[in-house]
Formats: sequence, structure tokens, C-alpha cells
Amino acid sequence: MTDAALPNQAPPGEPAMRPHRSLWRDVWAQFAVHKGAMAGTGIFVFIVLAVFIGPYIHTLDPSFIDIRNKNQGPSFEHPMGTDQLGRDTFAQVLAGGQVSLAVGVTAMALSLVIGTLIGVLAGYFRRLDGPLMRFTDLFLALPLLPLLLVIIMLFRDTLRSAFGPETGIFILIVFVIGITSWMQTARIVRGDVLGLKEREFVLAAHSIGTRQHRVISRHIFPNVLSPIMVSATLGIANAIITESALSFLGLGFPSDFPTWGRLVFDGVTFLEQHPERVLYPGMAIALTVLSVNYMGDGIRDALDPRIRSNR
Amino acid sequence: MTTIAETGGDTAAGAPLVQVQDLEMYFPIYKGVLRRQVGSVRAVDGLSFDIRRGETLGLVGESGCGKSTCGRALLRLYEVTGGRITFEGRDIAELAGNALRDMRPRMQMIFQDPQACLNPRMTVGSIISEPLDEHHVATGEEKRQRVRELLEAVGMNPEFANRYPHEFSGGQRQRIGIARALALAPDFIVCDEPIAALDVSIQAQVVNLLQDLQEKLGLTYLFISHDLSMIRHIADRVAVMYLGKIVELAPVEELFNAPKHPYTKALLSAVPVPDPAVEAKRERIILTGDVPNPANPPAGCRFCTRCPDAIDRCSVEEPVWRNLGPAKGSNGTVEDHFVACHRVE
Repeated sequence: MTDAALPNQAPPGEPAMRPHRSLWRDVWAQFAVHKGAMAGTGIFVFIVLAVFIGPYIHTLDPSFIDIRNKNQGPSFEHPMGTDQLGRDTFAQVLAGGQVSLAVGVTAMALSLVIGTLIGVLAGYFRRLDGPLMRFTDLFLALPLLPLLLVIIMLFRDTLRSAFGPETGIFILIVFVIGITSWMQTARIVRGDVLGLKEREFVLAAHSIGTRQHRVISRHIFPNVLSPIMVSATLGIANAIITESALSFLGLGFPSDFPTWGRLVFDGVTFLEQHPERVLYPGMAIALTVLSVNYMGDGIRDALDPRIRSNR
Repeated sequence: MTTIAETGGDTAAGAPLVQVQDLEMYFPIYKGVLRRQVGSVRAVDGLSFDIRRGETLGLVGESGCGKSTCGRALLRLYEVTGGRITFEGRDIAELAGNALRDMRPRMQMIFQDPQACLNPRMTVGSIISEPLDEHHVATGEEKRQRVRELLEAVGMNPEFANRYPHEFSGGQRQRIGIARALALAPDFIVCDEPIAALDVSIQAQVVNLLQDLQEKLGLTYLFISHDLSMIRHIADRVAVMYLGKIVELAPVEELFNAPKHPYTKALLSAVPVPDPAVEAKRERIILTGDVPNPANPPAGCRFCTRCPDAIDRCSVEEPVWRNLGPAKGSNGTVEDHFVACHRVE
């Protein structure tokens, strides 16, 4: 009935309708004009490459103790000098970066997945809202440090024997940071979802007969991406810093296993004589966090069609 | 409370497409630490009416009287608390899951706020094709062709399919919303104040578009509005709602020329007349007080607290839904005139 009444044929000579324009190409085009985001991406990629490829060029072993060359200033052989045991600081910063970046990114991803899942479920399904948000409150109310202590005490040895000392502790730290930092994301996402699900386009989707999971993935999730992106960028910084704190308490990686946080805390003792020892890993942390924040800013803008068309 | 409409289908032009009987939509109120239910808001309280195939039933009333709730309940966007909704002889008030989903293509909705009714993150093409995807109606090139036809049908350039909703004006977005509602070729469309958020000049365009589409596609509308002049223009019959109940239901000309219920009279007296001479003499019936709380409606007639003609009986006994007999409908048909008031003879 409808078809008969609607114009069926495109007028001759008119080109066929173009396929829907590619979302990801649009997103990339917007991302590319965001100067901060491009600079951030550049720096982040540089740090990642340096940290993972650098050790093949600067081949000194970060844990090699050369006590006669301790506390040296920068030289050609040791670009960032050596520490109080004669270990090469540059090699340590590179090796520490591998761990810190891996911990930061994985823990952020874990906390984001948990936070988003709980936030969306709590916001969308009224029945789950109470239990899930009380669960979130419970986690927020937990005294974090004693909890971490207990978890690490209980599971360190089991995981070490199962996955080896380094992988075991890596899994443990990522897990511990992940499950203690998702609450903010969950709360923010829930708040946004509560507002979104009352919007008329969600009602329209229901009236069409769209299934629940499609409503969430098509209408709810894309519209809460902005706060999620912000949480993600802050999450990396948070994870790197928490890992440093854990290492400082002797609960993180073993003391001879460098991470950026560990290097900062080791350097604090010699802050007056050799401030650069804190400065190098500190700058690495700051640059990573800053570049990730700018990247997140750019991604958030690029994913928003309203901003995309204003360029 | 039960007021069953005597179905006046025999005198009507078309057979009823939608029949509503005693529709109730209560929203629970929870209070206290234990969130116990202490009462309910009776947004829609015992509505009964028919909508005939091909007609436009206007639904008017002031803000908060339950018009939109009624429209949404008809499409089963809410779980109705009581009553029956019969769509082509099938009771849909109790349907759930896939059975309900299969009915969805037959009835669609056009929303009030063109800013909020389109997902800002989707292109117009994907918004309009969402119903096609969901019900596996068309894919690939066929789907694009259908989107193109729909955009043309609502008077828009098919090339706009690649754009995002924020790139359009309110009227254009409302057209996109209409195209989405038409995508599955429905029989019945609830228009929930589709013109309230639009400019006056755009209102006329959208209403004319709706009328054209009705003529072409044989659509049936439930047109919810508080704009009485627009209702007079588009509707065949009009139902007047007050505090969750229909107080009067009549053919449009009959209702505007000879309103029976005091509330309808007050409502109509507020419509400005575009003739200065008449307008100067127009007598307004000013109602005093506010609409009572729908969680605690007055006993007897809902309107008795504000009614200028109220008598003692009104606050005691609830008026029954009566048929006043046939009146002249649109296009020369004869329709019944219903009213719920003690004072009407």
C-alpha cells in the first residue's frame, strides 16, 4: 500500500544514492584537525616506541650493578647518569615504562569495562539500580589500602607460582587497580543513562520494537561515550600513580624490578643531591598522562557529530 | 468507575481499528525508607473510545491531563494497569515479548520534541532504516532505496540521508521523525503533539504533510494536541480529556459549535477568533483554581471542584458516560455525541 503511493523510481540520470558515509573516516578527519590530540598522539606513540624499541638500541641491562660508577651525571654512555648502585637510569626508565604503560592501559581498560557495564545496567534496568549502586557504594566505602594489602597477601604467592613472579604480580596489580577504580565511572555513566533512557529517541526505539540489547548498544552506549572517554584518560594516570604507591609500600613489583613509580620513590631519598633522578621518571609519567588526556579529548570530540560538523 | 462506551460503530463511516475499553494507567508512588507504595497517580483512569479506520481522532486537554500517557499506553510503551486495547480485533493490552514486537510495525508514533526524538549520534539514513533493520524488511540497496523514498515522501532531499540530525531545523527533524514512523507502513499513528514545539509557519507545513500522507496511505491518526484550532482543522472527531478521563467525545463541528460539557465550553471559550469584532465580544469562561492532584482526584465528577455549573450531586455521584444521540459528522456522516456530565440534558 505504501509502496504504491511512494515514488518508486529515481528520476533517470540522477546518480544512485551514495552509500552511508563512513563513520570512522569522519571520526579520523575530525581527530586529525584537533591539534592537541595530534600532538598528544605523537608524544604517546613516541613514548611507546621508545619504551619498547629503546632497549634494543640502548642495550645496557637496567639491573646491572656497577658500584664503581655510582651517582654519575649524564654522559654518552649513561645519558641519564647512574643511581646509587651504579645502575643505568636511562635503561631503568625504559624498562620501567614498559611495565607502567602496560599496567596503566590494562588496569584502565578493566576498570572502564566494569564501570561502564555496571553503570549502564544500573541506569537502564530499574530493578538492578538499587543493588548495583549499593554495591558501588560498598566499594567506595571500603578502606582501599588495607583491602589491597589483604588481596596481595592472599593471592601473591598463588599467582606467582601459577604464572611466574612477574606475570603473576602484573595480573594481580592490574586486577587490584581495576576493581578499585571503576566506581566513579559507574556513577557517572549511570547518571547519564538515567537521563538518556527517558529521551524520546529511546522511546521511539521501543515503539519500533528494537530489542533491549540493541537499544543499549545503539542508542544508550554511543551517547555516554564522552564521560567514558574522560574516565579512560584519567584512569590511565590514576593507574600509573596507584601502581607507584603500591610499589612504594613494597606490595607491588619486586624492588629490583623498575617501574616509573618505583623509580620516583627510589629517587626521593636522594632528592637533594640528585634531583634529576626523580625528574626523569616523573617527566615520563607527566608526559604520558598529558598526552593521553589530549588524545582522549580529541577522540571525544571526534565521536560527537555536533562538534564534527563545526570544523 | 466503569464507564463502557456504547459503540456507535454502525453509524460510522469506517469500522473501528482501535477499540479502547476502560483503559487505566496508574503510576505507583513510593515513599519512605522502605519505598513502600503509598498510592498511585491515576494518569489515565478508565478511558473508552473507538478510533475508526482512516479517521483522525483529536485528543485535547490541558497539560498533565493524561493525553500523552494515553497515547503511549495505546502503543504499549507502558505496561497498562487495566482495561483492554483492541487493535483489529486483537487485544494488545496483555501482549508481551515477541507477540507484541510483531504488532509494533502496525502502529507507530510521532513525537513532540524534534530535538529529542532523533538520536544525535546516528545519521538520518540509519535513523530511518532502524525499523527496517529491526524487522528485517529490507537490506542493502533495497533499504537505501526505501530510505530515499521515505525522505521524498516527507518532502526532503534524499541526499540528506548522510547527515546528522543537528544539521536540520525543527520542522525538518519532525519530517525525519515522520519518515521513521512511516518506514514500516503502519496503519495507525499516534501523533503526540507533533506541532507543539514548532514555529507557526512550520506547523502548517507539518500538519498538511500529515493530512497528505493520511490521504495517500490511508492512515489512522490519534492526534494529541492542546492547540484547539489545529484540532478543528485536522480532526474528524474530538475527545476532550480532563484529569485522566474523557469528558466529551463528539464530531469536530458539533463539538466546536455545540459543546455540552462545561469543561469543553471553558476550553473553547479560550480560543481566540481571528475577527476583531467577534473577538471583542468573545466571552471567556475563566476557571478558578488548579487541576486537582491526579493522585487524589475529587469524589464524584472530576471537574466538580472547578465547574461553574456544579450542583451537590456532582461531588457525590460520578457522572456516567452517556450517548446524546447522533450528530452531524464530517463528510456528511452521522456520529454519536458522548458526554459525562449530570447537568447535560
